[in-house]
Amino acid sequence: MNGAHDLGGMHGLGPIDAEVDEPVFHHDWERRILALSLASGAMVKWNIDMGRHARENQPPAQYLANSYYQTWLVGLEKLLLQAGLISAEELAEGRSAKALTDDLARRVLKADQVGEVLSRGDQFRMDDDIAAKFAIDDNVRVLNNHPTHHTRAPRYVRGKCGVVTHDHGVFVFADANAQGNKIPQHIYSVRFTAQELWGPNAAPNDCVHVDLWDGHLEAAG
Amino acid sequence: MSEGHGHSHLSDTELRVRSLESLLVDKGIVDPAALDILVQTYEEKIGPQNGARVVARAWAEPDYKEWLLRDASAAIAEMGYHGRQGEHMNVVENTPQVHNLVVCTLCSCYPWPVLGLPPTWYKSAPYRSRAVIDPRGVLREFGTEISDDVAVRVWDSTAELRYLVLPEPPPGCEGMSQKELAALVTRNSMIGVEKVSAP
Repeated sequence: MNGAHDLGGMHGLGPIDAEVDEPVFHHDWERRILALSLASGAMVKWNIDMGRHARENQPPAQYLANSYYQTWLVGLEKLLLQAGLISAEELAEGRSAKALTDDLARRVLKADQVGEVLSRGDQFRMDDDIAAKFAIDDNVRVLNNHPTHHTRAPRYVRGKCGVVTHDHGVFVFADANAQGNKIPQHIYSVRFTAQELWGPNAAPNDCVHVDLWDGHLEAAG
Repeated sequence: MSEGHGHSHLSDTELRVRSLESLLVDKGIVDPAALDILVQTYEEKIGPQNGARVVARAWAEPDYKEWLLRDASAAIAEMGYHGRQGEHMNVVENTPQVHNLVVCTLCSCYPWPVLGLPPTWYKSAPYRSRAVIDPRGVLREFGTEISDDVAVRVWDSTAELRYLVLPEPPPGCEGMSQKELAALVTRNSMIGVEKVSAP
């Protein structure tokens, strides 16, 4: 979706406010929403791309006005409702009206599992042995698609040409994963010159590398 | 939420988070003890000191540096850093010819096992919008001047690959121990917005 999250290349958002000796959290509620999000996510009722879409799918003015962790709160409420883990009434009341099923209760992240779950991480690579559509040094163009669903091809590279510099191997295709479909595709590191992206006034030596899937690219002469 | 002068010190956001936490605990979706361990892990245990040890070792041991640049996930895991938001690592090396800068324009992707949770500015709209279109301006804002004959390479973390910058060792660090070297390495130098200063 062409949302306010797709920020690359926008102007007018002001200087970077880099706080010196910044604490990890500024408010206690930030600690809580981080932990609630990670713990709820461990029930595996949604994947990382569904999570990203829940956070980015906000009216642009709201997305930009929210702090980072406010957006996590918006996203988590949405994900819990969509997954049917909570009802709108329960959310409004802040109290459980119906117990979890035994099947769901078994998925709850327990304190003694946290260390192992975090150090194991997620599985994004797929074992499928599929041929790469592109090779190192191939010239590629990013398809000029504007899907209304989640995509990891940012607007500033669409229609632009770059060179494949690395094949990372086969991963789950994020754009489809956000809709619950696991499709294996190669991910490539694609190098775009700054001048291809931003025009002749950009620094001649500079470039931007973007990781893109087979489904984002076509061959370019 | 508008009537609560009893809660006037609490923002709407705080009230919403409290209410959500009460619900999730009440319903048994989250285990309160697990929440405490999650917070403690990212507030106290996992942070940029991990990445600094990786950088210091790469500076001190050429074989390790070669491995790190060739297979970052394995070389970093060997030091005990792996897992969530660091499953697939790439290390990009700063040289006298190339300066690397990492961003996530679409959200906030960041290598948690080696750097911890990202600072607010990294997740903010100003950094995410400008790092790709005006990297040299962004670097200047951090006090980092890159001369015109050095190429700036920006890495936009759009997939599940996470990037760590291997900064150049500063002059005057020869003969230092890995512990002393690690103390020189800043979080910002591993994102690429700063260089490592001389001891």
